[in-house]
Amino acid sequence: MAEPLSVDDKNFNEVVIEAKTPFLVDFWAPWCAPCRAIAPMVEELAGEYEGRVGFGKVNVDENPKAATDYGIRSIPTLLLFKEGKPMTQIVGLRSKAELKKHLDATLT
Amino acid sequence: MGNSYQLIIIGGGPACLSAGLDATRARLSTLLIERAIPGGQIINAELVENYPGFPHGISGAELGSLMEQQATKYGLEIIMAEVEGVEVGEEEKIVHTSEGQYRAKALIIAGGSEHGKLGVPGEEELRGRGVSYCATCDGAFFKDQVIAVVGGGNVAINDALFLTRFASKVIVIHRRDQLRATKILSEGAFARPKIEFLWDTVVESIGGDGQVRELGLRNVKTGTESKLEVSGIFVAVGLRPNTGYLEGVVALSQEGFILVNDQMETGVPGIFAAGDIRAGSARQVSSAVGDGATAAISAERYLSSI
Repeated sequence: MAEPLSVDDKNFNEVVIEAKTPFLVDFWAPWCAPCRAIAPMVEELAGEYEGRVGFGKVNVDENPKAATDYGIRSIPTLLLFKEGKPMTQIVGLRSKAELKKHLDATLT
Repeated sequence: MGNSYQLIIIGGGPACLSAGLDATRARLSTLLIERAIPGGQIINAELVENYPGFPHGISGAELGSLMEQQATKYGLEIIMAEVEGVEVGEEEKIVHTSEGQYRAKALIIAGGSEHGKLGVPGEEELRGRGVSYCATCDGAFFKDQVIAVVGGGNVAINDALFLTRFASKVIVIHRRDQLRATKILSEGAFARPKIEFLWDTVVESIGGDGQVRELGLRNVKTGTESKLEVSGIFVAVGLRPNTGYLEGVVALSQEGFILVNDQMETGVPGIFAAGDIRAGSARQVSSAVGDGATAAISAERYLSSI
């Protein structure tokens, strides 16, 4: 099963911006409890959308540039990229059903 | 039938885990339905200091996780799904969720509450760009900056105290002229040089171009309007019960909380409510846990009577 890739300040461009498919980035940090809550949902979605949407995780504690570049000041934030551009920003803990709606909307 | 239980518990906070523990120890086949992660609102609390048994306090996330471990020890089943509706059939209650239907003879509704919003211009647009509802998640983004906390209850004051670790100044904006928070927390906040208070003041707007820059304020006593420059605003006002899907199913208070008697019984036989979601709750972890136990015992009594 596909797992979210580890994305950092160095490989962000290559992995996310140049991705051939839409790409969802999960911005998180180890101290954030709702981030731990959303992580298993993102992992499940990575399996369910394998081949159609790419998935990655950015630890904002270790990679401040990626978070700063996109003005992220709240975690968990999920940023959904399409053709290298951030299309949808989802802030805070959401249900898996709601996340699927956003992914499906991007794919149509 | 795989989707049929004696008892279904809606929600995953302390009230639910307590109810789940007592129900499974009474050997009721019990399913708990939680939308995200067991633990409830407390998982965002840095330190819970008023739950008995932990004299040095315990992190909310750890307390939630310990409660889950204990609750599942006796066979409590937990699934992740969003509850979309509840239907009262002749013999069973049917719970409609994002992952399908589940049935049970008895139901404990303990889906808690969510943080309230200010409902002012700029709040939605700047969410995640300086507007936050979780101090422990987002505090670190505001190192050496001036930020505001809105509210005067325990969550607001806890947030303000926590945020002094990062911010250069924390301004607590409260619509009344005194705090509602517990005395011991209030005293701590008054003694902290980094914390300032703006009394009798409400936030009317949040402004900024892509990032929070300033707040529009109004003094409720004098009517005076003013601006305050901040780079972040943490909202800790009130709680809204998660009862949207229950209208017409059980009786709700004007504010949307579930009305119950002292046995946690709603007006519908076999449906119980517990914790923050019920009207009149003290909204503490300890009171939620007590509610959960009461609801489980009432549910057990109901199941043996039918």
